[in-house]
Amino acid sequence: MAMDAAGLHARLREKFGDVVGPLEGSGRNASATVAPARIAEVGEFLKTDPALRFDCLSNLSGVDYPKQGHIQIVYHLFSYLHRHAFVLRVNAPRDNPQVATVSSVWSHADWQEREAFDLLGVTFEGHPDLRRILMPEDWPGHPLRKDFVEPESYHGIPTSRESLLKA
Amino acid sequence: MSLAGFEVEVQRSKDDGGVVTEDMTLSMGPQHPSTHGVLRFVIRADGEVMKEAIPDIGYLHRSIEKIAEKVGWHGFLPYTDRVDYVAAMFCNHGWSLASEQLAGIEVPKRGEYCRVIADELCRIHSHLLGVGSMAMDIGAFTPFTHAIREREYLNDLFEELCGARLTFHYMRIGGVGWDLPAGWIDKLSHFLDRFEPLIDEYDRLISFNKIFVERLANVAPITAEEAIDYNLAGPNLRGSGVRYDVRKDEPYSVYPELEFDVPIGTGEKGTVGDCFDRYIVRMREMRESCRILRQCVVQIPDGPVIAKVPRNLKPPAGDVYVRLESARGDMGWYVVSDGTAFPHRCKIRTGSFSAISIVPKISRNLMIADLIAVIASLDLVAPEIDR
Repeated sequence: MAMDAAGLHARLREKFGDVVGPLEGSGRNASATVAPARIAEVGEFLKTDPALRFDCLSNLSGVDYPKQGHIQIVYHLFSYLHRHAFVLRVNAPRDNPQVATVSSVWSHADWQEREAFDLLGVTFEGHPDLRRILMPEDWPGHPLRKDFVEPESYHGIPTSRESLLKA
Repeated sequence: MSLAGFEVEVQRSKDDGGVVTEDMTLSMGPQHPSTHGVLRFVIRADGEVMKEAIPDIGYLHRSIEKIAEKVGWHGFLPYTDRVDYVAAMFCNHGWSLASEQLAGIEVPKRGEYCRVIADELCRIHSHLLGVGSMAMDIGAFTPFTHAIREREYLNDLFEELCGARLTFHYMRIGGVGWDLPAGWIDKLSHFLDRFEPLIDEYDRLISFNKIFVERLANVAPITAEEAIDYNLAGPNLRGSGVRYDVRKDEPYSVYPELEFDVPIGTGEKGTVGDCFDRYIVRMREMRESCRILRQCVVQIPDGPVIAKVPRNLKPPAGDVYVRLESARGDMGWYVVSDGTAFPHRCKIRTGSFSAISIVPKISRNLMIADLIAVIASLDLVAPEIDR
């Protein structure tokens, strides 16, 4: 049976108390914030609890918020069994972002976490194979950070060129 | 021996005859005709049997998500064409949907119908390439020429619709760029009249050909649980017997007004979720797309095709996650706005990215030749993996 956002949130609060933050938003975009170290436990519970059964991690995105000083990892969860959805958010400090891995809960998280590590520099504690996935192994920095500065060249290859339209 | 980024270990083992054998590490790609773009597999094989196949991706990474943060809401639309250039309409549609939801824009009815027509044509367009190149990868060349021939008619239709044959940029935030040209609907009906019998011909030619079926049936079956765990989407998920289609289950646009079925894999030639099931689901989806198009042709109302949208769009701060059914399945767009003229973040979750991540799991103990069938049956499109 599909549960609404309030019901899902109440079930989480009942189990984890203050580890799960207050309910924000509504409908498909209803979300709650979770402490970075506890996300794996929460995920495990969401997947195995018979009333929740979030069998699918639909999306995992990292967002850099330099003003707030944190990187937010957003987990979009979906249950094919019950056809309900919920969003979890985890805020990790920008200077040393560490989040517990959920790759043992949902296999899809393996590659998604590698992508977040590659592009945003988030370390997923306990990930079995955390290495770059899209960028070259020796690429400096993490491109999706807001303060990333593109290097002028990479192995002698310039990353920009003069505009042909310039007089 | 070293392959960049991979620890390669040479393992020696003695078989019963006392002969020392060695695992062979093969690099398949990045330039390989059946990897459907630039991607590489590092294969550890014992003779013809693979012990593992590890995908190495990123060759086509253009950081499209970073570009979104630099070019503004309207400016990003042409870039979305390049996310999945085999099915560009869906990427246009995804970005438009996300922006519209953030900015609270309502699309006129005729605009929605134009979008659905474009989407479904694009689905046929993409599936034709998918099934055609799959047959070619497996060794049957003729079906590919048939598929490309039909695709050419579609290209002409698209060219008339939006001026482009591959990277369409047809949709805009708030609707579509142009109304259907005069007489275009008749050409579309004519195409459908011609195309539907050709699906039967294609079935006679290849789908149930004994050699073709033998190559695909029982190869690399994916159970429904695995498919959901790895977040497979679209025909790959439905091939495993999960009846889920975003158009039906989380409807968007005018899909609730249209009737169509969602074909799933039933293991009719082997095991549920094998390569054949994924193939046949695509064939059947093309028929359903034709059915949707026929309804659209009759139901499309008159009126404007695009809503009034400010040129300097600044959606209110907030985030949204939209899902739509692309040719490669459930495509997710997570878009964050901070209330300025530039998106704060855009994350695109594509069907091919999920599909390739399951390859190491299902390729264990397969023949190398079967890996080709697996890649083709997952309908991987490399730019969509790397973005």
